[in-house]
Amino acid sequence: MSGIGRDLRTPLKRARGLGSAKDGTGHFLWQRVTAIAVVLAGIYLLGLLIGLSGADYDFARAIVSDPFNASVLLAFVVAAFWHAKLGLQVIIEDYIHAPLLAGIAHLANIFVCALAAIAGVLAVLRIATLGV
Amino acid sequence: MAAPDSPASPRVRERPLSPHLQVYKRQVQMMTSITHRATGMVLAVGALAMVWGLGALAAGRGPWTEFVACVGSPLGKVVLFGFTWALAYHLINGIRHLVQDAGHGFAIPDFIRSSWISVIGSVVLVVLAWVVVLARWGQA
Repeated sequence: MSGIGRDLRTPLKRARGLGSAKDGTGHFLWQRVTAIAVVLAGIYLLGLLIGLSGADYDFARAIVSDPFNASVLLAFVVAAFWHAKLGLQVIIEDYIHAPLLAGIAHLANIFVCALAAIAGVLAVLRIATLGV
Repeated sequence: MAAPDSPASPRVRERPLSPHLQVYKRQVQMMTSITHRATGMVLAVGALAMVWGLGALAAGRGPWTEFVACVGSPLGKVVLFGFTWALAYHLINGIRHLVQDAGHGFAIPDFIRSSWISVIGSVVLVVLAWVVVLARWGQA
């Protein structure tokens, strides 16, 4: 900064916005909360999946349309894509340094994860409400 | 790490390097950390595949049959096996990270031991899961 002598902004004004965004703790905590949710729901669903004795259509519909199974499945879909969004965000922040490319990657990450979560929720709701 | 030279020759003194991967000795803790990220990215794709399956099941008998045929093909089985191992690894190593987040297991021997638990545990878990599934589905 060559013209610092003529800069009428205060040091505080110049420093503002260059530090932490103050929401890193929230990211850290939600990464852990969604992780625990995915573990709990995932173990239940893995048990369900291993308990299946085939990929028969009617049987699969009956499993998903059970209200409790559908609830756990919905929780899993939302928590999993939330967790994926947070994790991929860190990877983008660490490895992509070109501002434009990083911005595009962040948007793509958010949009794909959100859209996939919505699609998954919609599919489960359709099966759960329409039944077998 | 070499001992620091005499102050008379500051230019040849070996400075400590930040841990770039190129100069870092391979350690199991390093590989488990990198693999956790890699499997996380793989599982993001796996989650998309799961949504594809749920959508097919919601769409009806025809799309579901196509989905099952895709997953049941030789390539589909290989990919599915890869996803299950990534899931098993990310699950066990993720629990390890949660334990460490709670402040446990930071001594270096504990760290190395828990790293190996993640690696070996993931293989055991994935083999167990596939043995059970193949036995139940009767197509081993």
